[in-house]
Amino acid sequence: MIYFDNSATTKPYPEVIESFMKVTSDYFGNPSSLHGLGVQSEKLLSAARKQIADLLKVKSSEIYFTSGGTEGNNLAIKGAAHAQGNRGKHIITTAIEHPSVEDACQSLTRMGYEITYLPVNEFGQIDVTDLKDALREDTILVSVMHVNNEVGSIQPIVEVGKLLKQYPNVLFHVDNVQGTGKVSLSLREANVDLCTISGHKVHGLKGTGILYVREGVRVDPLFHGGNQETKIRSGTENVAGIVALSKALRISMNNQLLYHDKLQQIKTYLYKGLKEMDGVLVNSPEEGAPHIVNFSVPGLKSEVLLHALESEGIYVSTTSACSSKKRTISKTVDAMFRHSARSESVIRISTTYGNEMEEAKQVLAAIQKIVANLEKIMRVAK
Amino acid sequence: MKFDHIIIRYGEISTKKRNRKGFVDKMKAHIRWSLKDIEGVVLTANRERMYVLLNGADHVPVIDRLKGIFGIQSLSPAIKIERDLEVMKTAALYYLNHTLEEVNTFKITTKRADKDFPYNTDEINRAIGGHLLRNTEDLKVDVKNPDLNLLVEVRREAVYLTGEIIQGAGGLPFGSSGKAMLMLSGGIDSPVAGFLSMKRGLDVEAIHFYSPPFTSERSRQKVIDLAGKLAEINGSMKVHIVPFTEIQLLIQKQIPENYSMTTTRRLMMRVADRIREKEEAMALITGESLGQVASQTMSSMFAINEVTNTPILRPLITMDKTEIIKIARELDTFEISNLPYEDCCTVFTPASPKTKPKREKVNYYESFVDFESLIEKAVSETEILTVKPGQTFDKEEAMEDLF
Repeated sequence: MIYFDNSATTKPYPEVIESFMKVTSDYFGNPSSLHGLGVQSEKLLSAARKQIADLLKVKSSEIYFTSGGTEGNNLAIKGAAHAQGNRGKHIITTAIEHPSVEDACQSLTRMGYEITYLPVNEFGQIDVTDLKDALREDTILVSVMHVNNEVGSIQPIVEVGKLLKQYPNVLFHVDNVQGTGKVSLSLREANVDLCTISGHKVHGLKGTGILYVREGVRVDPLFHGGNQETKIRSGTENVAGIVALSKALRISMNNQLLYHDKLQQIKTYLYKGLKEMDGVLVNSPEEGAPHIVNFSVPGLKSEVLLHALESEGIYVSTTSACSSKKRTISKTVDAMFRHSARSESVIRISTTYGNEMEEAKQVLAAIQKIVANLEKIMRVAK
Repeated sequence: MKFDHIIIRYGEISTKKRNRKGFVDKMKAHIRWSLKDIEGVVLTANRERMYVLLNGADHVPVIDRLKGIFGIQSLSPAIKIERDLEVMKTAALYYLNHTLEEVNTFKITTKRADKDFPYNTDEINRAIGGHLLRNTEDLKVDVKNPDLNLLVEVRREAVYLTGEIIQGAGGLPFGSSGKAMLMLSGGIDSPVAGFLSMKRGLDVEAIHFYSPPFTSERSRQKVIDLAGKLAEINGSMKVHIVPFTEIQLLIQKQIPENYSMTTTRRLMMRVADRIREKEEAMALITGESLGQVASQTMSSMFAINEVTNTPILRPLITMDKTEIIKIARELDTFEISNLPYEDCCTVFTPASPKTKPKREKVNYYESFVDFESLIEKAVSETEILTVKPGQTFDKEEAMEDLF
């Protein structure tokens, strides 16, 4: 089996599962309980928080645990909008955000918020001057993803942060679900106010995530109740998942230091190989993230190619996993190229640390074979 | 282009005369310790300054660590380059672009120790200044009060560039003032008192009074977390955890309620003083601030202080609560201290403690009770932990594997 769908989810590291098992069976106390079992859980919770804060080079008090990327993005956007709503009702985001950002913004329009969507160029990037032009008196929030989940384009987060530093009333949210552990981002340097991270994209477990909230930034909670996580996120903490997440993040960031070049080599190999292939259009920018290659075979439905690859034991995805059930076109590819045959036939390959060049060679050969075969059939069908 | 060395200026040590060497050696040892895991760096010292030669190491983490070391007045990164005007221009621009603080105005001061250098100081100033202005936006010259005074020193062997002055922590080198015991309650004040004492060169160990089941394990954990914060300064902190329940129960039973607080404080002093003697320290440190609570009025201190003639250092005595909180926030201890767990001071506090206790009275009440054996017992059963920076678990090392 070749698993090349790591942007949908990653396989948890064995050490991570070990930590989870140990904590969930031995330290099952509720961290809010006053007795010793509770104290132990609380210690684990604060040690995990500290480790994550150190890895991200921020303060422990700026780390909030969530159930994952979707909750993090919803909490950041709705929470910030509700907390700042009396100052203005204008939000700026991009045309290529993950649905959990786009739809969270969309849901606010019913409460009178206005959303501006910034366009992207053929490299899948926004233009910072577009953002500058879109900023208004009543803008309260800018939400820009770091690494795009469909094509892997990297947004100019540092430049956006530098621009927004001149607008102290505008909060800056970054969806870094795809970038964490793959493309470095300094939250401090980029003046980020809110940043979403998901556990299962960094070889942690599903149902875990982080929202970074810069000191002094106010966010209204989505959940009310026991006032855990300094009132921002009520609900008994998933201590085992959180400890596992802190370990997964540590190992992933360590792997990033050690194996970034290898990941990049594999991507470059796939990128070049696909680019030379007849009938294939590569959608990912060459300068994008080192783990995502997105391509189209216009005229060939993505799902057909996906299943053909699956029969060879190769797992990839069509658009982002979250949207693939809707059978819609790839939003990002459409925004980049405005070419419907291209955006209907999208395949995303996403790798991670531990993937080998040998696997990439097999995948490329399989794609070549399948595309050639299917094209014959398709032409007959025409 | 890279930074070559960091210049360290001494603070108060430079006012010392014959005993200066002792201070400098202490500081040298501390700097060496704090940089021990950074490869390549070498420390040299003379009577006026120290130099950290970077030998290829990145200067930012080195400066970050040096900033926390007591005894250092200020720091300046420096570049060493060949004697070539073009290289000097490039290096000056590099220096300007790599300062820690933003620079909006600058001036150039050239010293030409080697008069054979083909350009004179004016020519050098103008060449470099022009180069900086051409290659930056919004940068201005200000010869009176510049953000950066870039010093160019032309010597026979090389040219040195420096200028940014980064404030150090001040104070006196670690351990140069001997050892003292800090009464660490878990509140906001005592960690600040500990920090300020360390700043004056004291080697500080902590004493905490622990009264289970009246105080929770969380309050003990809080003290370990606080010690872990203070340990960041010197690498570790010894914490003496005194089992205090028996003594407190006896006080509750035998001493009239309005004097129980005074007696409790007196007994804490006695136990702490005994531990101090064992550890060969020379003072006790408290976080007392005059008049803050009943035990910190002048009369209370007069009554409590009677039990020992060991110097009691009270670094916060004249500070307002807001000033103390400000330091606690800078130290990152405020949030730990502010967690709402019962500690030994709060559980047994009487509803109306005496704010003006009298020595005669407290002595009279205590004369009916034999505390001595319990003090002995508390001292001998004291648990000693060595807390490392950022340490969260006191014993359970097995837990570390989970991360």
